[in-house]
Amino acid sequence: MTAPPSTPPEEPTALESLSVESATIVSQAGVWQRVRRNTSVRIGGLILLMLVLVALAAPWLGTVDPSLFDPVSRDLLPGATGEITTLDGDTLEHRFIMGSDSFGRDVYSRVIYGTRVSLIVGIATALVAVAFGVLLGLLAGFIRWLDGPLMRFMDGLMAIPAILIAIALVAMWRGTLTTVIVAIAIPEIPRVTRLVRSMVLTIREEPYVEAAVSMGTPTPLIMWRHILPNTVAPLIVQGTFICASGILVEAILSFLGVGLPPDVPTWGNVMAEGRVQFIQYPHNIFFPGVFLAVTVLAVNILGDGLRDTLDPKMARRG
Amino acid sequence: MSADAPILQVERLTVALPGGGDRATAVRDVSFEVGRGEILCLIGESGSGKSVIAQGVMGLLPRQLPILSGRILLQGEDITRATPARLRELRATRMSMIFQEPMTALNPVMTCGDQIDEVLAEHTRLSAAERRAKVRAIIEEVLLPDPDRMMASYPHQLSGGQRQRIMIAMALVLEPVLLIADEPTTALDVTTQKQVLELMLQLQRRHGTGVLFITHDFGVVAELAQRVAVLRLGDLVEVGSRSEVLQHPRHDYTRMLIGAVPTLRLSARAVDAQAPVVLRARGLSKSYVDRRWFGQARTVHAAQDVDLEIRRGQTLGIVGESGSGKSTVARCIVRLVDPSAGEVRLGADDIARLPPRALRPLRRRVQIVFQDPYRSLNPRRSIAEAMIEGPMNYGVPRAQALAKARELVQLVRMDASALDRFPHQFSGGQRQRLCIARALMMDPELLVADEAVSALDVSVQAQVLRLFEEIRVRLNLAMLFITHDLRVASQVCDFLAVMRQGRVVEYGPAHRVFAAPEHEYTRALFAAAPGRDFAFGA
Repeated sequence: MTAPPSTPPEEPTALESLSVESATIVSQAGVWQRVRRNTSVRIGGLILLMLVLVALAAPWLGTVDPSLFDPVSRDLLPGATGEITTLDGDTLEHRFIMGSDSFGRDVYSRVIYGTRVSLIVGIATALVAVAFGVLLGLLAGFIRWLDGPLMRFMDGLMAIPAILIAIALVAMWRGTLTTVIVAIAIPEIPRVTRLVRSMVLTIREEPYVEAAVSMGTPTPLIMWRHILPNTVAPLIVQGTFICASGILVEAILSFLGVGLPPDVPTWGNVMAEGRVQFIQYPHNIFFPGVFLAVTVLAVNILGDGLRDTLDPKMARRG
Repeated sequence: MSADAPILQVERLTVALPGGGDRATAVRDVSFEVGRGEILCLIGESGSGKSVIAQGVMGLLPRQLPILSGRILLQGEDITRATPARLRELRATRMSMIFQEPMTALNPVMTCGDQIDEVLAEHTRLSAAERRAKVRAIIEEVLLPDPDRMMASYPHQLSGGQRQRIMIAMALVLEPVLLIADEPTTALDVTTQKQVLELMLQLQRRHGTGVLFITHDFGVVAELAQRVAVLRLGDLVEVGSRSEVLQHPRHDYTRMLIGAVPTLRLSARAVDAQAPVVLRARGLSKSYVDRRWFGQARTVHAAQDVDLEIRRGQTLGIVGESGSGKSTVARCIVRLVDPSAGEVRLGADDIARLPPRALRPLRRRVQIVFQDPYRSLNPRRSIAEAMIEGPMNYGVPRAQALAKARELVQLVRMDASALDRFPHQFSGGQRQRLCIARALMMDPELLVADEAVSALDVSVQAQVLRLFEEIRVRLNLAMLFITHDLRVASQVCDFLAVMRQGRVVEYGPAHRVFAAPEHEYTRALFAAAPGRDFAFGA
């Protein structure tokens, strides 16, 4: 075929311009505009943004080193003033906004620094779980012989309670930030794999994928170009829920004493520390508990908002 | 109330559209009436607001679409002011509705008999035995075979046509004065559609029911209507008797629509019998084996022993009803599925059994355009990226591919600026043009159009059909045109293959097949085309 002579687009004839279709002006707000307008996304996002700022600015928020302790300032009530010894041996006058624990550590400083651990664990868990889930899901969706064995293995993994797997894994390795993240992420991988696999199976039947096949696009490129981008929205939503559950599971592991070592300031550790004296000094559990609840709530509200705006099925219903 | 007072009066009805739509009102200032025992066809293209009117009359408008002004009177009673309880009462006893898709309108976990019985139990004081007799009588009346078995069947056990009959039975069992039918035959095959339309006409005459029949199909209007109302973008542009509107339309829009209706009109085009053969399929078969863990494997023959031949510059049409295997044949030829037997020769190469690696260089010679323009373009890639993907797969440099994309976009009568946009910014017809351009990017020898104009409104359909024809002539392409619509086939095809249950039952030059169909199925198919004897005047 020779290159077709270029023709200017013809003006529609007078009668054709009456066609409903030529009268239709397609205007559609972009996805990000819709996301930004959503109230849930705004509220959840704002709270999370504040928490991230708190975590980043922890040293400048009137905190002391969270590992500092002073036997003189044990079990102070919130708002009390006491002294605290720095690593250099100096003694400082310090106001314990959230009281102190039975070692004389500043609960406020530990909670604020704990924000760092919780956010890192939550986000890293979501990233690890989504990354592995996407990889396995694509493989299961595209390689037919692998689908059965892989998915049955995932079913098996899902049959074990997530918290038990995490405890076993942390017990096997040592309680470091990396091992805790990996231990929390592993039980989440099957859920992401299932999600991605089912989307791959649906999207690969779409005419635009078949068109790509008939245009000779190689399979890996089809996955990368046509399938993966169309799974992003549900994955973001799933990621936020994994993030929330990761933060919770980390707190549970710490509370049970199988997570990060007790000297690392995490909300779970602070609560575990305060457990014995809960009746006399409830502040040890109250403040980290409030932070934990607010964080998880914010992530979940954000996730709900994202689902409403990104999930095509929900969008169509709205 | 006098006997000839209209049963339904819609007076200056205006319904709002939520913000963000392409216009402020779904319907604007619409007035019409339906008389006792009269069939009014409400016709319009997609987005014209015809279903909104149906929902309004039924009192089923969603909250986002509030009625701004106007009245809807059912036998003098204003529906827009009725309480929900009164509406429920009216919906069962005085008006009822049948929908496009009977499978979703029926409850899948109740037998058909129980579903009709439920209507009676709710709104009459008949005893169980009387109700049963009545259900049986109405099922007999909609001409379903073996009424007792039908009553005991679940919706999924029936065919589409049978389900729609059950819907009609359910709608008519309480003898409503008004029946609203929202595209009730659009999802059915032509032969089934013909039977259901005949049945509706019969029942409507016998019971004196007023019918508001919503459709986009002028053939159906010609078969059925006494009066016709034409909607365009929420405005009622014309109301009149069937012959007034269809033969002497007053409004330009109506004239344009009627002009766009494909008619059984044969192009008397000379065919070059010596042109080189582009595609030759011999004994092409595709069967699916349903392997089970227990019991016998079941084999479904989607296509059996199909022989086809297309020469350069010629168009072969495959027509058939749903499940006839026409799409399977197309997909085997494009090698989206692997044929079970037979050969598919592209020039000298048999591609039926080639492994993927050997097939790849040959793929570019056959390209396909699909039915659904909304799913044929990846929503996340710009038009330019979609168009250059194919050539770049075969090593064409990006700049060269882009230059070609610009030419082809203009060839399909769109502006070159379309390349920088994304699919959601285009209407269905525009997307279909872009899909055609994308297929042409590969310089194919054979273009397969799989129901490529079926999802489009008539006016757009006419434009896209014209485009196909233009491209075939200009590029001297071979085309395989799959359609269920005989009128569309008659306009573009040089040769015609009629398929039924996986087999080609008739094959020959289009003018011969249309003028003197040999197979009885072909004759039945032609006879079922709605409005085929009606002389439209534009």
